[in-house]
Amino acid sequence: MRLLNRSVNGLAGRISRRRRGPVAGLLVLLLGLVLTGTMYAAFSPANASRTTAQADEQLIQEGRELFLVGCSFCHGQNGEGVRSDNGQLGPSLVGVGAASVDFQVGTGRMPMQQPGQQAAVKKKAYTDEETEALAAYVASLGPGPAIPEESEYTLDGLSEDERREAVVNGGQLFLTNCSACHNFEGSGGAMPQGKVALPLRDSTEKHIYEAMITGPQQMPVFADSVLGPEDKASIIAFLESTKENPDYGGFEMGGLGPVSEGMFAWLVGIGSLVGFAYWIAAHSARSKRQETSA
Amino acid sequence: MSDHQDNLPATGHTDGAHPGGHAPARVEEPIANPGMERHLPRPTDVDEAAAKRAERQVATFFVISMISAVLFCVAYFSFEVGESPDTFGRIGASNLTLGLSLGLALLCIGIGVIQWARKLMADVELSEPRHPVASSPEDRSETLAALSQGLEESGLARRPLIRNTLLGSLAMLGLPAIVALRDLGPLPDIKNTLEKTFWTPGARIVNDVTGRPLRPSDLEIGGLVNAEPEGLVEPYDGEREGIEYLEGVELLAEKGKAAVIVVRMEPEDVTEETSNWGVEGIVCYSKICTHVGCPISLWEQQTHHLLCPCHQSTFDLADKGRVVFGPAARALPQLPIEVGPDGYLVAVSDFREPVGPSYWERG
Repeated sequence: MRLLNRSVNGLAGRISRRRRGPVAGLLVLLLGLVLTGTMYAAFSPANASRTTAQADEQLIQEGRELFLVGCSFCHGQNGEGVRSDNGQLGPSLVGVGAASVDFQVGTGRMPMQQPGQQAAVKKKAYTDEETEALAAYVASLGPGPAIPEESEYTLDGLSEDERREAVVNGGQLFLTNCSACHNFEGSGGAMPQGKVALPLRDSTEKHIYEAMITGPQQMPVFADSVLGPEDKASIIAFLESTKENPDYGGFEMGGLGPVSEGMFAWLVGIGSLVGFAYWIAAHSARSKRQETSA
Repeated sequence: MSDHQDNLPATGHTDGAHPGGHAPARVEEPIANPGMERHLPRPTDVDEAAAKRAERQVATFFVISMISAVLFCVAYFSFEVGESPDTFGRIGASNLTLGLSLGLALLCIGIGVIQWARKLMADVELSEPRHPVASSPEDRSETLAALSQGLEESGLARRPLIRNTLLGSLAMLGLPAIVALRDLGPLPDIKNTLEKTFWTPGARIVNDVTGRPLRPSDLEIGGLVNAEPEGLVEPYDGEREGIEYLEGVELLAEKGKAAVIVVRMEPEDVTEETSNWGVEGIVCYSKICTHVGCPISLWEQQTHHLLCPCHQSTFDLADKGRVVFGPAARALPQLPIEVGPDGYLVAVSDFREPVGPSYWERG
């Protein structure tokens, strides 16, 4: 506070020297009050929620209410899962962790519109605060992976060389572990029976990290004990680096390799050749007038 | 001999009578031959101005082609290949201009030539009657006579010694070719190459890239690890003493065969036969498809199916790697694993069957 006061006094001095208006003093006083108020508002509730369990309790309660309305039909009133006549309707959420909720709800996969091979990505149904509350509630059901901190999935604080090395390692890890389904540059691919491995190019770093630790739907789990947090961060850094890669050959066409390129050659290349052939063989215009020389 | 002509395709409407007796009688066409369509001249044939216009048009295409060829040279020297690869959207200036100018130069020559032929070159309909392809009887008998004369003069029939030795020498000429085939060998030592991998009893299972060994507790249910035997991966945190690390060609050959995937499922989902070779729901399979040997790790953790991206062979990892779909003929080989004395997952033995696609000796 002392520091703040000093700077406020300094400001007041400068203003009064220049303008010397009668309301200047009052204005400075008001400014000081507003600043102090905002600073208090910005810092104190965050500290309070971290220290007091009461706020957590409240968040979990909020999450439970949302859960009962939006999720319990499939996942059960206590997240224990619901079995329908023809197998499971919704799996148990005990132990899936906050990361799973943040991924499934935060990308719009949950709540599901209809049962199917795969939960589709769609517009988010919950706000960030509601998602946070839901995640807190589901996390309270049993221990599971937590939502990662930003420092876990970014390479901040590394030198340029270390960063480059991480991208190279990440590339190797990506090609070994991820490219089988997600394509060599993260463009996604098809899976059996209508399922798909989604493109990763538009996914946020946090959601990619969460998918690796939770294994949503058919995706295997890549736990931190197998693929360490730094390995995951380098995979994400590699994916980011592919976005900056230029396309020396011109159009990338989805980065799907020979599939889209072959399609282009067949449709556009051969198509235009056929068009030319038609034009050549088409009857040229004929005149009704008789040839003078013939 | 002259009857042969009758077997040839019809000779067209120009000649009326058939020479042979056994040829089918000529039937009257049900629809009268309408003859040639009346020739109508093109505008360029009757209008000198139109012809001039067409001439200029064709010349313009050729000039555009010339300009494009020059532009190609200009682009070649003014934009460096690989430099500024995102000048237009995400396309490089060099690639784009080189391709466009050269393409335009070729295309305009083509268009110009075709336009020339369509509008200005001679425009008359031609009819060409079909003719028999066989030579005339005189030519044929002449050729036969020449051949028999040649045979007579060479004396092949009178001097069998020469004939036989010539045939012998030609036959013997095949021998060098057959002997040279030996270079395709020697036959591979199948017992020690195709049927063996780098896995040995007690070999640690390590992560394919980081070289980190695996404890059973490291794997979560639904977890997947792409792994190799220790000794084929340079570990991130230094080599372990007492382990020989392969390098170079040897390393690549062994790594290709020994690659495995380790997955963990709910123990009750796994058949008993399968779990006998695993640890608490953790099982280990070869990563090489048994169809044509693609690397496979497209594992669906809920169905426990492993899909090969090449030809869609699908294996059930909860049931001995059984083939559930696709062209693969054999189950995916499973590697028996256990927990070693220091708590890490190790192989019990090498694969009990050859990994990868079938080959002749496997039947």
